[in-house]
Amino acid sequence: MDNQLLFALTFYALGAMVLGSGMAVVFVRNVVHAAVALIACFFFVAWIYLLLNADLLWVAQLLIYAGAIPVLIVFAIMFTRRSMSDTSSAESGNTAWAALVAAAVFGLLLVVLLPANWFHGRWPGLVGTTQVIGQELVYRYAVPFEVVSVLLLAGLIGAVVLARREEES
Amino acid sequence: MLGEGGSYIGLGHFLALSAGLFSIGVYGLLSKRNAITLLMSVELMFNSVNIALVAFARFGYNSVQPLAGEAFALFVITIAAAEVAVAIAILLLIYRLRDTIWVDEIDLMRW
Repeated sequence: MDNQLLFALTFYALGAMVLGSGMAVVFVRNVVHAAVALIACFFFVAWIYLLLNADLLWVAQLLIYAGAIPVLIVFAIMFTRRSMSDTSSAESGNTAWAALVAAAVFGLLLVVLLPANWFHGRWPGLVGTTQVIGQELVYRYAVPFEVVSVLLLAGLIGAVVLARREEES
Repeated sequence: MLGEGGSYIGLGHFLALSAGLFSIGVYGLLSKRNAITLLMSVELMFNSVNIALVAFARFGYNSVQPLAGEAFALFVITIAAAEVAVAIAILLLIYRLRDTIWVDEIDLMRW
């Protein structure tokens, strides 16, 4: 078994798990189960990144997407649990339309993306991408880097201000 | 479409995976009533776009702008984190004020 075949098998196994857990997120009825499936999906996407030689994003995905964001979502589920305990359906009335639109989006994306003549470069065989991305972040993307830090701060303060309980005066 | 240079897996495979995950997110976004499930669907779509960006960075590597796709994906992850924090704060506020998170009952601004 050569390396290419091993790569292909790994890709198909990981892709099937990403799509399967992604489907579980939208098809499972219990929202806590959906959150667990979401964590699994983010986890498998991290390994897709590693398959694409993106080691920095692999770690970032594991830390932020598979670690931090699900915590927030699970907190939100726990805070709003009373509203979800009623027996009304979690589906809105237009499931068929949603499936139709999703299938149309999928078909459109495939028709547009696959035949396109993408630029193909030679991968230089980097041992790690962290150094290159770090240099790019402080040289070429210095301004967006600073702006995004301000955005994070604004988001943090905004979340605190919004979710704070009003004091009775 | 298939991988170049005799490889089985190429850019097209990763783009197809990305498109599949994106449409799953679209389906969840359109078919669910629970605002938290909608948020999770949006996260799925963010992830699918990130897969495409990283695949472009990997298969379209050039030395003029090395790994631009990966840097962009890093920004997407950062902004998604801020977005989730603010969205959940808004959700908790709506829940406190109106006692529901079903999006079809939050219709104050419906025309």
